[in-house]
Amino acid sequence: MAIEVNGKTYETDEEGYLTDISEWNEDVAKLLAEQENVNMSEQHWEVINFLREYYNEFQIAPAVRVLTKAIGKKLGPEKGNSQYLYELFPYGPGKQACKIAGLPKPTGCI
Amino acid sequence: MLHIVNKSPLDRCSLDTCIATAQPGGALLLIEDGVYAATRGNAAAGKLTQAMGHLKIFALKADLEARGMADRVLEGVNLVDYGGFVDLVTEHATCQSWL
Amino acid sequence: MSEGQIKKFMYVNRKAPHGTVYALESLEVVLIAAAFDQDVSLAFMDDGVYQLKKGFNTKGLEVKNFQPTYRALDDYDVNKLYVEKEALEARGLTEDDMVVPVEVLSRTEIGKLMETQDVVLSF
Repeated sequence: MAIEVNGKTYETDEEGYLTDISEWNEDVAKLLAEQENVNMSEQHWEVINFLREYYNEFQIAPAVRVLTKAIGKKLGPEKGNSQYLYELFPYGPGKQACKIAGLPKPTGCI
Repeated sequence: MLHIVNKSPLDRCSLDTCIATAQPGGALLLIEDGVYAATRGNAAAGKLTQAMGHLKIFALKADLEARGMADRVLEGVNLVDYGGFVDLVTEHATCQSWL
Repeated sequence: MSEGQIKKFMYVNRKAPHGTVYALESLEVVLIAAAFDQDVSLAFMDDGVYQLKKGFNTKGLEVKNFQPTYRALDDYDVNKLYVEKEALEARGLTEDDMVVPVEVLSRTEIGKLMETQDVVLSF
């Protein structure tokens, strides 16, 4: 599979995850979000950027539990809870946010 | 607990580390190339005999036979068939395979 | 697994990092199984201690560098990492060479801990 953004083609796997994470950019993210019916707000970008930083540092997409805890530590307890994250990404912060962030599906995410 | 070694003692250090780690009262089962340690004349035989002081030693008969080594099994080694292998696994709560 | 049934899991890692897939596989199993909230510990013995030798640079191999992921283990509440003293010595390594905080134990001490586990997973 593939998606097209600004005339450039990006490979995705059969579930729509970007094949080459280094190809990611904000326009790609916007299209991936659109496909997920997610309307990107500042709060969404905050989580996406956090996920990308986490991946750069640890080379994994964190499990939801880990993401929730780490976000709470960095952005405050009002954001470090699953209710907040699921409101932003109804189909799961792990699955949906990782896809928009151009990361692989979190290890252990079914 | 049960320890399983499947590598030749002259190829890998699995047997050495296993014997040094295993606590008294445990069992050691030799399978596949691990059975060479249980044969007379092998450089590891002394080590294995010494280990009999704190571990019960077993070897899988089919693996010794397949290697033509069943005629020189070290004294004190208990031979088991596949049924015996299963019994050992079920008799012990945990098992570490020294792969 | 339901609550109140916390079991002790020990992962025993004995293989060098890139020669076989054991190290990476073990790490992935640890991360996946962390979702079950069990009492997890990792033991690094024999060549397994090389998995934690800091400074992996896998660019030349063109494979993913999974070493940074060991630093994420703490986020997954996996913080009992035991390293075999004899294995470090035999390889000219010290605790300072390890990429994450570890507890250095003798083989005998690791063997005693192994006896207290509900489940031992061998890699």
